[in-house]
Amino acid sequence: MIRIPCPFCGERDHSEFTYGGDGSIVYPDLDAPISDWHDAVFLRENIRGVQTETWHHTSGCRMWLLVERDTMTHEILSVRPAHKGIRAAMENS
Amino acid sequence: MTRFSAWNVFWNGLKGQKGWTRQWRDPEPKPEYDIIIVGAGLHGLATAYYLAKNHGLKNIAVLEKGWLGGGNAGRNTTIVRSNYFMPGNRQFYEHSLKLWENLSFDLNYNVMFSQRAHVSLLHSPAATDGAARRYNTMRLTGTDAEIWTLDELKRNIPHLNYSPDARFPITGAAVQRRAGTARHDAVAWAYARGADQLGVDIIQNCEVTGTIRENGRLTGLETSRGTIKGKKVGFAVAGNTSRLWQMAGLGRLPIETHKLQAFVTEPIKPLLDQVVVFGVGGAHFYISQSDKGGMVFGGDLDWYKSYAQRGNLPIVQDVAECALSILPCLGRLRLVRHWSGVMDMSMDGTFFICKTPLENLYLNAGWNYGGFKASPASGWYFADLIANDRPDPVVANHDLTRFERGINLDERGAGPDPKLHG
Repeated sequence: MIRIPCPFCGERDHSEFTYGGDGSIVYPDLDAPISDWHDAVFLRENIRGVQTETWHHTSGCRMWLLVERDTMTHEILSVRPAHKGIRAAMENS
Repeated sequence: MTRFSAWNVFWNGLKGQKGWTRQWRDPEPKPEYDIIIVGAGLHGLATAYYLAKNHGLKNIAVLEKGWLGGGNAGRNTTIVRSNYFMPGNRQFYEHSLKLWENLSFDLNYNVMFSQRAHVSLLHSPAATDGAARRYNTMRLTGTDAEIWTLDELKRNIPHLNYSPDARFPITGAAVQRRAGTARHDAVAWAYARGADQLGVDIIQNCEVTGTIRENGRLTGLETSRGTIKGKKVGFAVAGNTSRLWQMAGLGRLPIETHKLQAFVTEPIKPLLDQVVVFGVGGAHFYISQSDKGGMVFGGDLDWYKSYAQRGNLPIVQDVAECALSILPCLGRLRLVRHWSGVMDMSMDGTFFICKTPLENLYLNAGWNYGGFKASPASGWYFADLIANDRPDPVVANHDLTRFERGINLDERGAGPDPKLHG
């Protein structure tokens, strides 16, 4: 079991969360060339090591989180809210 | 190398089993090969075998960072079937099943292929209609398929949980009789022995650590046993494909690495003659009984991306719940082993056997859950691609550009999310 320290609820088992996917993807503008969309939707770095990924605290606060995790050891390095506004508000407080 | 035959078994029985020799050599790597395959799993070994056998090629090496068959070849649930739907996949897996049917004879090695039927349980009229469409489509291209009513199913497998009070009562099954199981290690050893016999060098404990690129070609590989040059190079490394791909400076792939667990119980007397699959309402479970008597089963991925060859506990619980919901009689069995392999999950759940941006580099990857059954045809078509430098029409759409061309070979219709293609 991975334990994820949720910034809103505290440390919880990963079974409370739903794994989203690669959190480093930046989706292009709606009118961007189709090749940019292809790359964002279909291609992955597939890192062995520390990657940023999204998790959804489905059985908790229901917030989306950005988690830095090692895909080899499953060690969690950092957890922050995925929503930019909430993240900024929490960092400033 | 001694050929296996009834006479040899009898003769060695008399001679105290002293007449057997090594099954394959342990050669030192040569400085240069015509063809190098990276990865001595089932796919790599089968590729080397068919390169030598079907295409008469010599001077081939298979490089393996650990020992042959030590990755996913030894981490699966040994199910062989060809109940696929999409054009290309259907023909590919049916060809694979036909190769399986003759594999023990072809390789002079008993791979213990047992065509015991693959029974997918159905739970609603809509599911039966869906299965009928899928299985009728299979029949159009020559794959055997049938739908069993509840009565037929009860006659064949009397001890499933048929309670009308079950959360998902069973209403019938979609069945492929020619499907079954095989002995996973034997397949790896048989291909290794067959390839070695045809002159292929299988080099174990030889990890690829870097690549040498010149003018759009991959001219050689840096390995833990020195530099090895190759005129053509093929990658067949499953969950580690992205790492090798990046080592070759080729960037990103439509693949994510996820892990999948499997389990075996203590051995018991014969209980289950078929492969049974249970998948409804979020459940996903497949079970068969090995020749030693252990119940072998598995379920879903661990849901998060991982390169670790070890599983997590929530899935153990999930799989155990599935087991008991269809076979309550398993309740008192103890698990004796439990393992996890890293899967190269692709964006549409289908594999790649294709050319790459580098002229002499070929890719075999994206096997998702289904690499074991695919291994004979995978080797067959990958060898054909490498030997002739063009894909066979059966795998013409199994390339890296298919998403750009709007072609998704998505059997489940799950969309571009690798973890959903279980």
